[in-house]
Amino acid sequence: MSEFISKMTSNQPVFDDNDPQDELITLNIGPTHPATHGVFQNVVQIDGERIVSGVSTIGYIHRAFEKIAEHRPFYQITPLTDRLNYCSAPINNMGWHMTVEKLLKIEIPKRVQYMRVIVMELARIADHIICNGILGVDTGAFSGFLYVMQEREFIYEIFEEICGARLTTNIGRIGGFERDFNAIAFEKIREFLNRYPPVLKEFEEMFVRNRIFIERTSGVAAVTPEEALDYSWSGPILRATGVDYDVRVQNPYCSYEEFDFEVPVGTTGDVYDRFMVRNEEMWQSLRIIEQALEKIEKEPKGVFHAEVPDFYLPPKEQVYTNMEALIYHFKIVMGEVDTPKAEVYHAVEGANGELGFYLIHDGGRSPYRLHFRRPSFVNYQMFAPMSAGMLISDAIINMSSLNVIAGELDA
Amino acid sequence: MENSFLLEKLQENFPDKIVEIPDAHHLLTVLVDVEDVIDILRFLKGSNELQFIHLTDITAAHYPHLEKEFAIVYHIHSLVHNIRIRVKVFLDGPNPEIPTATVVWKGANWMERETYDFFGVNFLGHPDLRRILNVDDMDVFPMRKEYPLEDPNRVDKKDLYFGR
Amino acid sequence: MSDIKLAEAPPGVEGAGFFATSLDKAIGLARANSLWPLPFATSCCGIEFMATMGSTYDLARFGAERPSFSPRQADMLLVMGTIAKKMAPVLRQVYVQMAEPRWVIAVGACASSGGIFDTYSVLQGIDEVIPVDVYVPGCPPRPEAILDGVLRLQDIVKNESLNRRNTPEYKALLEKYGIHTNK
Repeated sequence: MSEFISKMTSNQPVFDDNDPQDELITLNIGPTHPATHGVFQNVVQIDGERIVSGVSTIGYIHRAFEKIAEHRPFYQITPLTDRLNYCSAPINNMGWHMTVEKLLKIEIPKRVQYMRVIVMELARIADHIICNGILGVDTGAFSGFLYVMQEREFIYEIFEEICGARLTTNIGRIGGFERDFNAIAFEKIREFLNRYPPVLKEFEEMFVRNRIFIERTSGVAAVTPEEALDYSWSGPILRATGVDYDVRVQNPYCSYEEFDFEVPVGTTGDVYDRFMVRNEEMWQSLRIIEQALEKIEKEPKGVFHAEVPDFYLPPKEQVYTNMEALIYHFKIVMGEVDTPKAEVYHAVEGANGELGFYLIHDGGRSPYRLHFRRPSFVNYQMFAPMSAGMLISDAIINMSSLNVIAGELDA
Repeated sequence: MENSFLLEKLQENFPDKIVEIPDAHHLLTVLVDVEDVIDILRFLKGSNELQFIHLTDITAAHYPHLEKEFAIVYHIHSLVHNIRIRVKVFLDGPNPEIPTATVVWKGANWMERETYDFFGVNFLGHPDLRRILNVDDMDVFPMRKEYPLEDPNRVDKKDLYFGR
Repeated sequence: MSDIKLAEAPPGVEGAGFFATSLDKAIGLARANSLWPLPFATSCCGIEFMATMGSTYDLARFGAERPSFSPRQADMLLVMGTIAKKMAPVLRQVYVQMAEPRWVIAVGACASSGGIFDTYSVLQGIDEVIPVDVYVPGCPPRPEAILDGVLRLQDIVKNESLNRRNTPEYKALLEKYGIHTNK
């Protein structure tokens, strides 16, 4: 010790070349680490607190969705899509329904499309609430999370009113919805439009100009648009780099082209920009929902599905009492309906990016092959390369802002 | 930009190497040979006129009844012109091989690892071709049609109770 | 007068200035009302657990105020979500690291039985690798159901004899899962 002290006081370097503190340390983060919000494992080499290199291991909740999908009829695949990105299950449900409708060339009535838009935008808000709330928690501000979580509970109440479930919603059917939104649902959606803006305002006031938050996030994990595109990024994190790619605008589905909304983009692609993009998207989603409610008013009341008895399951009470309904029910459930042999790729703007469904159909009861293009999976692969040179604490924030959902990552 | 223009451009640059597969949903689908696929992908990305800069997806499908068992499918998106293309390559089984697309897009890395994990497609030149989702010591490629969905070793679920 | 409710005292003999009960009961009471949960959340059920911990449902009301992310300082392992075969050794490791007495709740269909994922990659219920005390049904269970699961576990904890963890039966149970106790 005295040697160490004498070194400290002299002009000689404190550590010589053989010092153990020069060595890199291998640190295993995950798969059950509390800071990773899910089952991700990263084995990193660290020099002090700085990451030198890292390797991601995923697959800890691989559930073989694509294999299951080859054994299930179309309508039984909807519950599987729930469990992809479970923070915004309705977007996945709608994406899947639209894929099948594209395959079967089903025209969806306008009112149903607007209803779908409402459901999807509510889900987007619920997802962004979790992501931005957790980002706040990771930068040390817990209260913001609690503020917005209450509103997420309210969104879940709306979902309960629409379909009966909170999280894994299984909303809708191929061809429309299983039932119309009831009056309480509409009322609650309107109430949400009134009560959420002040909360969101308060939430963003806590962060946007907050010195601590800016210091922790600004300039952290900045990504150039070229890098982001090279790694096939999509969604809010791509838009944060300045690329204005949004599937809702580029390939509109569900009549998104009729809506007036803006696609927020960032400039530097850092964590702060991602937060701001998601935040602004919530405001835009509120605008979209408002417009959708107006548009629904103008459509004929009570329409909640397309008239496609070959594909749309008849109401249960009719199945028990009506011959025709029973036949259709039987045909749909037993897979006796003729379906075209075709390949379809359909993408929707999921909360994390482009959520694509690639369906190869050979006319049978279930898909011949179904592939999910999962944004979390594609986005996450850049995490380990981009972590090199970062502080561990920054890498953790970076991971929160990527909003990787384990279910979607591992499929 | 129209599909016909895109197809023309491709055929101009790769005469006799592009076969169009008709698609009912306005997505240009082309069938190419395994030798040319990387050149074509490179052309699609690098061409100033086309600018297919966004690799949407790479996946595969297994057709055990066909002579060439495996299809590798690339979905590529030109964000500038807002047009998509699907490039298909058929490969011989049971040990299919194809050059890696990581030389064109870095994002192809995990997509190809996933495809290898599920189908056993060997991507030649891939920097890190390991299993990604399944356990490392698995010795089958589960998405091939001959493998069952359920774990054949499980003891507590009798097929009888599940209507199988 | 505060409106804080006290836990109900166990049955015992009461007299002037004294209350006598068995040590088992007193310790059971203390344990049951201060369970430290270790949330082992992998998927959808984890999000519902987030709601359970959050402001509306508030698990802390039942004495589980402190979620412990370290297995060493937790006594209630809540397994929420699908456990893939790749994850199973990790789960077992976490269980082994927990100190006795330890209890396990399998939350949701996946943790209880594999749920809808009867596939090659998913463990068909965590009871194949660790012993489970309470199963909570649902896919995912509502927060109320998770709370109910915790309350059912409290009943078990209250009535557990102090000697249970030393009995040959308990050791045999752990042996069955390949977990060796040194004592």
